[in-house]
Amino acid sequence: MGLQPYLLLSAVVFCIGLFGVMTRRNTIGILLGIELMMNAVNINLVAFARYTAVTSGMVFTVFTICITVTEAALGLAIVILLFRVRRTVMADHLDLLKG
Amino acid sequence: MMANSGTLALTAWLLPALSFLVLAVVYPLRRLGRPAAWFSIVCAAAAFASAVLAWRGVGGTEDQVRLLWPWLPSAGKSIAEVGVAVDATSSIMLCLVSLVALLVQFYSVGYLHDEPAGALGRYYAYQSLFAFSMMGLALAPNLLQLFMCWELVGLCSYLLIGYWYQRESAARAAVKAFWITKAGDVGLLVGIVMLWQVTGTFDLTELRSLAATNAIPVAGLSIVTFCIYLGAMGKSAQFPFHVWLPDAMEGPTPVSALIHAATMVTAGVYLLVRTDWLFALTPNVLLVIAWIGAFTALLAAVLACVQDDIKRVLAYSTVSQLGYMMTAIGAGVATAGFLHLLTHGLFKALLFLGAGAVIHAVGSNDLPNMGGLARRMPQTAIVFIIGTLSLAGIPFFGGYLSKEEILGAVWAGGLTGPFALLMIVAFLTAFYMFRVVFLAFFGTPAPVAQITHAHAAHASHAKGVHATTAGTPARVAHTDLHNETVVEGAHVNETPHAHEPPVTMLLPLWVLALMTMAVGVYTTFGGRVLLDPAGPSVPETAPGWLTPSAVGVAAAGIVLAWLTYQTRTINPVTLANAFGPIRAAALRKFWIDDVFEGIYGVVLLGFARVVGWVDRYLVDGVLNLLSDWTVQAGDELRGIQTGKPQDYVYGVGAGVLVLILLMRLVF
Repeated sequence: MGLQPYLLLSAVVFCIGLFGVMTRRNTIGILLGIELMMNAVNINLVAFARYTAVTSGMVFTVFTICITVTEAALGLAIVILLFRVRRTVMADHLDLLKG
Repeated sequence: MMANSGTLALTAWLLPALSFLVLAVVYPLRRLGRPAAWFSIVCAAAAFASAVLAWRGVGGTEDQVRLLWPWLPSAGKSIAEVGVAVDATSSIMLCLVSLVALLVQFYSVGYLHDEPAGALGRYYAYQSLFAFSMMGLALAPNLLQLFMCWELVGLCSYLLIGYWYQRESAARAAVKAFWITKAGDVGLLVGIVMLWQVTGTFDLTELRSLAATNAIPVAGLSIVTFCIYLGAMGKSAQFPFHVWLPDAMEGPTPVSALIHAATMVTAGVYLLVRTDWLFALTPNVLLVIAWIGAFTALLAAVLACVQDDIKRVLAYSTVSQLGYMMTAIGAGVATAGFLHLLTHGLFKALLFLGAGAVIHAVGSNDLPNMGGLARRMPQTAIVFIIGTLSLAGIPFFGGYLSKEEILGAVWAGGLTGPFALLMIVAFLTAFYMFRVVFLAFFGTPAPVAQITHAHAAHASHAKGVHATTAGTPARVAHTDLHNETVVEGAHVNETPHAHEPPVTMLLPLWVLALMTMAVGVYTTFGGRVLLDPAGPSVPETAPGWLTPSAVGVAAAGIVLAWLTYQTRTINPVTLANAFGPIRAAALRKFWIDDVFEGIYGVVLLGFARVVGWVDRYLVDGVLNLLSDWTVQAGDELRGIQTGKPQDYVYGVGAGVLVLILLMRLVF
């Protein structure tokens, strides 16, 4: 298989993730969307690493996966704290930055 | 010996600077008070010794010993030098300054013995700084150094007038003195710079040789000399700038003796003496100087006649005598003015220190609180009378010859008008000074009760308790306002009896009195080389009737004072009424102070208001408008920030799209 199907898959996954981030009202949903976007990037990395036969792309993928995991953990912790303080996790209720 | 004089003069000049620096930097020494005072006195004594040696070294020659260092380098050479220029004139001025400074510092130990130690240290630091500045002025080889020292003595005058700065009147008097002399100083600065523009040098010797070879263009020189004269007017309290000097009496009496009688106020006269060859080129300015001088002398003499405050009488008499010196300079005989400067320095310092002893003993400045003091303090009375006779110009006393010389010079110069004014002044001088003598030292003592009150009020002040004026006579309340000893706490007596001052105060008095006598006797018998080494410059054309008439006029003044205030043959009230309008005007100081205040209130404050309006509404207005616009724009734009996370994601997405479009379409 060539490079193109992988990139296509990656683009689709990325768009699904972006759509989730943009439309979900629930903060956990937004986090899920972010995870999808991250994984789309990972697919891209691996595909290009295979295509150009540069192993450093693989290594980077391992790093990004680790970061994704920590990011998810941190994000969930923030969401839980938010819920404790504000009794809600709905994004459009959390508008403290409103000017 | 000649080369030595420069070094000696430099030593004399730098010793007070050392004293000042040590007192200023070594804080613990200054806080000790009395040791600081003695340190300063020792420095002053050493300075006086070197000054005398320098003067002896110069002798009577016309030559000038110069010790210079380059200063203000510019384009390979220096614009001006700093150093000392010792000649006959400057070395004797140096002697006078260091002598009076030494005696006054010594006297102050007794006079200010109740001062807090810290304040005393500050006082002596200022005194040292003043001695340094005044000597630098006397020794200045060029106009730039002279101007610098000129400003420094002005600063010291300000600091010492305001020595009791807690008292509002003293603080105000200090500011008044500073600003009024400053008004003249601006003129001096402009004059010096204009002269430099024409000649390209500040150096007095170079300027003098230029003047001697007619290398200074005379056109427009009148403006230059008049500007320099303006500086002298401010410093030497010439009409209309004389208003600051009587107020300067708010300072301690020794300060008045040193700065406002013997040395600083004569700086203006000294400046004109140093530059008389320049003024000789502009006779019209000299005429102005003579007339203003004579008028100032008369005005101040009239004012002195109505004063009840002993220090103010002396202050006006100083103004009057400065007018004398200026008239002599205006007549073109600067040496006569300078001779009077020297003798006046001695006997006026003596009078002020004597007045200080009286104030110290009585606890009041006001003549009605004194009387009959000759019995209680005979030594003070003797030295005070010696000073008074000198001032009146009686033969065998210090001021005799110098006053005759001035009168002779003015007559020889053909200035009949100023001469007549000066003769009237000679009469008035004798009258008002003997008025003081008879009121203070003879006659009946002031009622004991009042003196006790004054003492009580001032004792309670000394304890820091504010005296309540309830129940005290009105005059004591008046004393509270004007009497310096209230703050100074001169001497809290158990008994109301006045007494001789301590030896630290008596010694300077006797030194000055004996020197005044010595100078008087010496000059009366024709000796003048010692004081006036430049030689007799007064053309011996003074008419023979001059001496008898001048002495006669002075004697008439003494007799009138004796008849009025001693034997009471003439009722003082009748005498006062005879001069009703003049007296009334003199009591209001001829409204000169009011005119100054009016100018201040209308012109200066009006201008300040206009400037303030421009600043507040134009300058600030533009900036405020800009900042208002910024705030408003911020208010409008803040609506973009919704606080919703998704909106920010839209923002990022839109930004990415814009970037992509830019990359596609533009780059």
